[in-house]
Amino acid sequence: MNESSAVWDLLIGPFAEFAFMRRALVSTLALAVSAAPLGVFLTLRRMSLLGDALTHAVLPGVALGFMLFGLSLPAMALGGVVSGLLVAAIAGVVSRATALKEDASLAAMYLLALAVGVTMISRQGSQLDLLHILFGSALGVDEQGLLLVAGVASVSVLTLAVFYRGFVLETFDPSFLAAAAVSKGSRPWVWQQLFLMLVVINLVAGFQTLGTLMAVGLMMLPAVSARLWHESLPAQLFNASVQAAIAGVAGLLLSYHLDTPSGPTIIGCAGVLYLLSLLVSPGGWLPQILKRPHRVA
Amino acid sequence: MGARGVGAVITVNNLTVSYRQHPALHHISGQFAAGSLTAVIGPNGSGKSTLLKCIMGLVKPSGGCIQVQAARRRIAFLPQRSEMDRSFPMLVQDVVLLGAWGAVGAWGGVDPSWLARAQAAIQAVGLQGFEARPVGTLSSGQFQRVLFARLILQDADLILLDEPFAALDSRTTASLLTLIHQWHAQGRTVVAVLHDDAQVHAHFDQTLLLARELVAWGPTVQVLTEAHLQRARLLAEAWDDQAELCHADDSQAGAA
Repeated sequence: MNESSAVWDLLIGPFAEFAFMRRALVSTLALAVSAAPLGVFLTLRRMSLLGDALTHAVLPGVALGFMLFGLSLPAMALGGVVSGLLVAAIAGVVSRATALKEDASLAAMYLLALAVGVTMISRQGSQLDLLHILFGSALGVDEQGLLLVAGVASVSVLTLAVFYRGFVLETFDPSFLAAAAVSKGSRPWVWQQLFLMLVVINLVAGFQTLGTLMAVGLMMLPAVSARLWHESLPAQLFNASVQAAIAGVAGLLLSYHLDTPSGPTIIGCAGVLYLLSLLVSPGGWLPQILKRPHRVA
Repeated sequence: MGARGVGAVITVNNLTVSYRQHPALHHISGQFAAGSLTAVIGPNGSGKSTLLKCIMGLVKPSGGCIQVQAARRRIAFLPQRSEMDRSFPMLVQDVVLLGAWGAVGAWGGVDPSWLARAQAAIQAVGLQGFEARPVGTLSSGQFQRVLFARLILQDADLILLDEPFAALDSRTTASLLTLIHQWHAQGRTVVAVLHDDAQVHAHFDQTLLLARELVAWGPTVQVLTEAHLQRARLLAEAWDDQAELCHADDSQAGAA
C-alpha cells in the first residue's frame, strides 16, 4: 500500500464511500459559512451567551413539534423557529417597554421556555428521544435535513450580505441608529429582531445536524477565536467561517476513524483551533510574551 | 435649508420628564432660536442629557411637549461617550462615513463624492493619515474627533452635543470649539451640554441653566450670575420619596 492511498483512506475515503458522510460534510460546511459570521456579531454585541440562551428558547417548540408529529424534521424545525423567535421578540418588547435591559429580559424568557420545554418532553418522550434532540448527530442527516440546512444557510448568508451595513451600525453604535431612526421615522429595533431571527434559524438548522448544544459551539467558538486574529470586521467574519469549516471537516474525519460522536468531536476540533488562536494569534498570548522590537513611530 | 433662518427651531412647552414619578425635568418652557449657539449647564443630575434626548425623541415626556421645526432628518446628536464600544473592528473612514446614513440609508451607494466629503471632514478635525486606522487604536481625544467628523458629514441644521469635551485636552477642545463656531457661522443651530463656566462665557452667546427646574435661559452674561448659580446649587440633588405630587398641570388645566 503506497502513501497516497493511505492519505486517500484517511481523508477522502470516508466521504467517497458513504453517502451519510457526504451529507454530514455538506451540512456542516453550510453551517460554517452561515452561523460562524453571526457568532462574530454576537461577540461584538457582548452577547456571546445569547446563542446558548436561544437554544433553550427553541426547546418548547421542538418538543411541541415532536409531541404532535413524532421525529418529524419539518415539524420540529418549524416549532423551534417559532418558539425561538417568540422568546426573542417578547424579550425585545419587554426590554423596550420596561426598565429591564435586553439580557435580563432574555434570561427570564429563556428560563421560562426551558422549563416549559423540559416539562413537555418528560411528559411525552423517553430519555433517549430527549438525548436525540439535544445532541443530534451529523451522521444522521437525511435528504430533508440537508435541504433545511442548505436553505437556512443560503437565506442567512444572503440576508447578512444585503443588510450588512445596518447590522454593523446597529452593533457598533445603536444610539446613533436610534437617533437617525427617530429622524427618519423608521424603527431601529427591526434590525435587531431581523438579526436575532437569523441566529434562531441557524440554531434550528444546527440542531438537526449537530444537536442544539453543538450548534451554538460551531457558531461561537470559531467566532471567538477569529476575533483574536484581525482588526477588521470582514476579515474576522471570513476567518470565523474558515475555522468553522476546518473544524467541521477535521471533526467528521476524526469521529469516523475514532468512532466518537460527530457533534462533540467537531466542537472539540473548534476548541483546538481556539487554543491555538489563544497561543499564537496577534491578540493571543505568545506575541505578548515575545517582546518584538517596537518602531520609532 | 429649511431651518436656517429666523424664528424658533425648538419650542419647549411646559416640559416634564420623570423617572419613576421623580421629575428629571420639571415644567420647562422656552425656545431655541434658529441659528443660535446655546450652552446647557447645571449641576449633576439636573436633566441636561434628558433634555437633549427628549428633543431627539429618544425619551418620552410625561407632561408638556417639545416641538422641533427642523426637518427631522436634519438633526444630529452626539451622545455621551461612555455609550460606545471603542474596541469595535472598524476603520476611521468607515465610522466617519456612517454620517452618510441619514442620506443614503442601508442600501444607498456611497459614491466618490461621499468619499471626498469624508476625506474633507477627516482633514477638518486634523486626522489626515488616520483613515485606515482601526478606531480601537485611537486615543479618546482622537476618537472624539472622529465623531465630530461624522457630525460634519451629517450636515445637520440642528446639532445636539452631550458633553462633547469631557476628558479632552485643551488643544483638542480648542480645535473642536473652532468647528462649532464654523457651524454657528453657517447658520446651524447648536445646543451643547457643558460643564466649564469659563468656556461657556467665552464661546456661547446663549445659556440655559437647569437644575431640574429652569433656573435661567437667555444671553450668557445675564444667565451666568452668582445669584443664578447659587440657586441652581441649592436645588437638591437627592430625590425626596416623601415629596408631594405636583399639581401644576391640574391647576393650569383648571384655569384654562
